[in-house]
Amino acid sequence: MSRKTVDPLELLSTADAALIRSALQNRATRRDVMGWLMAGGVGVATAGSIVTYATRALAETPKKGGRLRVAGSGTSTADTVDPAKQSFSTDYARCNMFYNGLTSLDGALAPQLALAESIENDKATVWTIKLRKDVAFHDGKKLTAADVVYSLSRHKDPSVGSKAKSLADQMTAIKATGPNEVQITLSAPNADLPVVLGTFHFLIVKDGTTDFSIAVGTGPYKCQEFKPGVRSIAVRNDGYWKPAQPYVDEIEFIGIPDESARVNALLSGDVQLIAAVNARSAGRISSTPGYQIHETKSGNYTDLVMRVDSGPTQNPDFVLAMKYLFDREQMRSAIARNFAVLGNDHPIDPTNRFYNGELPQRPFDLDKAKFHFQKAGIGATAVPIVVSPAADNSTEMALLLQQAGQKIGLTLDIQRVPADGYWTNHWMKHPLGFGNINPRPSADILFTLFFKSDAAWNECGWKNEKFDQLLASARAETDEAKRKQMYWDMQAIVHEGSGIGVPMFLSLIDGLSTKVKGLGSIPLGGLMGYNFAENVWLEA
Amino acid sequence: MNATVARLVAVRLGTTLLTLLVVSVAIFAITELLPGDVAEIVLGQSATPEAVAGLRAALHLDQPAYWRYLQWLAGLVAGNPGRSLVNSDSVGALIGSRLPNSLLLASVTAAVSVPVALTLGITTAMTRGSAYDRAVSVLTVAIVSVPEFFVATVAVLIFAVKLRWLPALSYASDIRGIGHFFRTFAMPVVSLSCVVVAQMVRMTRAAVIDALRSSYVEMAILKGARPARIVLAHALPNAVGPIANAIALSLSYLLGGVIIIEIIFNYPGLAKLMVDAVSTRDMPLVQACAMIFCLAYLLLVTIADLCAILSNPRLRYR
Repeated sequence: MSRKTVDPLELLSTADAALIRSALQNRATRRDVMGWLMAGGVGVATAGSIVTYATRALAETPKKGGRLRVAGSGTSTADTVDPAKQSFSTDYARCNMFYNGLTSLDGALAPQLALAESIENDKATVWTIKLRKDVAFHDGKKLTAADVVYSLSRHKDPSVGSKAKSLADQMTAIKATGPNEVQITLSAPNADLPVVLGTFHFLIVKDGTTDFSIAVGTGPYKCQEFKPGVRSIAVRNDGYWKPAQPYVDEIEFIGIPDESARVNALLSGDVQLIAAVNARSAGRISSTPGYQIHETKSGNYTDLVMRVDSGPTQNPDFVLAMKYLFDREQMRSAIARNFAVLGNDHPIDPTNRFYNGELPQRPFDLDKAKFHFQKAGIGATAVPIVVSPAADNSTEMALLLQQAGQKIGLTLDIQRVPADGYWTNHWMKHPLGFGNINPRPSADILFTLFFKSDAAWNECGWKNEKFDQLLASARAETDEAKRKQMYWDMQAIVHEGSGIGVPMFLSLIDGLSTKVKGLGSIPLGGLMGYNFAENVWLEA
Repeated sequence: MNATVARLVAVRLGTTLLTLLVVSVAIFAITELLPGDVAEIVLGQSATPEAVAGLRAALHLDQPAYWRYLQWLAGLVAGNPGRSLVNSDSVGALIGSRLPNSLLLASVTAAVSVPVALTLGITTAMTRGSAYDRAVSVLTVAIVSVPEFFVATVAVLIFAVKLRWLPALSYASDIRGIGHFFRTFAMPVVSLSCVVVAQMVRMTRAAVIDALRSSYVEMAILKGARPARIVLAHALPNAVGPIANAIALSLSYLLGGVIIIEIIFNYPGLAKLMVDAVSTRDMPLVQACAMIFCLAYLLLVTIADLCAILSNPRLRYR
């Protein structure tokens, strides 16, 4: 088994892909579809491969039935089925079996309608959401506006302890304007509201729910058993509002924190699908007959944090020298075993619909690094660099930087600190250290959390007025083309001036039996952006 | 039973209770010293100073430590170890769902390893110096020197991944029939037995050899008793004390020290619950688990001591 090839349909937006699939189902000829694609500016080779792929995918008609056992990467007594309290990847995967959001995010992280039938906005501030009328909760109750108002409003109540309170606080008014219509008023324009509503914390629960010992949602599976720290059993919801979905009769979802135990459980046939496979184990899985890996390119990155307000990193030349000192290709092959794409010192990865692909890639350039390093005038003084297992791969990256540094006369003193307490005691507190950022649903959220001048997690303490202005206007802009230009400009500004070095974006790897079909990629996380449950089926 | 034995037993039990009290102080003090604040951990990224202060007050974390200790101790004595700070379930219920699993694994392992260890220990003592004795000694020392995660991982690779005879995970929750029970427990029990058997074999062998050197065994030999009778009727009763101690020490490990086995086989036991609790700073749960482990340890050691006292004819018949 070789590594799974990229689904060519993923190159298109999901809407386009769905169009082609349905066109092929409705007996459009290959020539018709190729014609549409090429008229839309897709090259002939790509168009050919897209049509071939779609035809093959159609040959694999989803089958109903079977029992699927899935292992996530962690489990503890803190496991939850309360959407507001989810904090680990396994919570997201579990809740997505039982609940739906108003929208959901597709392979390019663009919002698609889910429980919402239509979403309209007035200047990106007043949003009117019409709900689907054919949706019922697992206990038979119809979905109404009251459920949505309750689900969204509870995040603003401090006693709920919602992890999404800061995102929900922008919704100044949430009210039902009809039995199936909700109106949300924002404190400031935000064109990304449909994205926010597609994030996992905003999954819709039933009006008045306070007991989350079991999950009652509108999702593809009903919750038969939920034992925190042990397992969840999900059985198919035959009344699910998406026709024909889901496919599997029953899913048992467990967590196995130890990676090698997880891989062993897969290879011994105890489970059929596992999340969070280490790049080192990928070869073991793909070389075993009957098993394969599934790579999801994502926005997950470990970054070099160079504080612009203290230490040698205050000097912009030193920062530039460090950015040129990244041997990104070697890091990709040696550290990530090629399960990564190169980063360009800004946080937007190539799967994002606002990724700036025209920004020149910063190369590994010892001459430029040496020039800027000498200009910075640090001399032979050893510069401490703090690493920890908490920031994935930071030790390996620092070692490669140290070796490269020796060639330009820079001495890096690697200081290892333990993972426990790293984020409170060390992260952002040293002139030169590492951070680790999980995939986020939108460019706006990434920039707002980690790069806005007054952000609490502005990792390097970088302040740029022009960037802040662009960020605010991009959020208010509803014209996609104009927004895209603004996000492109912001990426260029961060690439040039901030104290953050992003050497690569790490892929997420799942392991699965070849009998498990239908697993796609959504860059929010592994297991198809945690949304595998309604999409996979089992080949007999 | 006479007054001396009764007094010895009473003193022994009193010491156990006193030790337990001291342990409870130590556990409470140590969990106080753990870095990190549960209020901050529970609130996570959305922790604002007001929210933290509010939650601390709600959890009584703003009260003085001695007051919280007394409250906690009173709760423990009344059988109410409090509520989990993470998911507000009762600690009793959380432990109640895991303790039977841990006890099951420990008792199955004990049922397998104790007879094996005693047989090996006694037979090697009887044939001391022989090739069999040396082979068993070398083998047991070799096995105990290999860490259990290695034994377990290799066992999983061979029996679960390659041969597919046994499952890689052990669910205690859905045992269907006796065959399934054996398949589920085979690997964890064998891996754990590897760790505990060696110690028991060596202690048993030493204790029996010690007894075999005594003058009353010499007398028995001169009397013409058969070797089996010498060992079982004359030497072994006198070696019960040290053997019971060795068994108690090994078994106490089976309850709290099996975290690695629980992680490798994803077995929902008490040790894993405690590690979860530490990582989420769920203090009531940590304290209750620690108390259970200490209690089990003290119980086993006390029983071993009582065995030693009661099996000593010099104390019994004075």
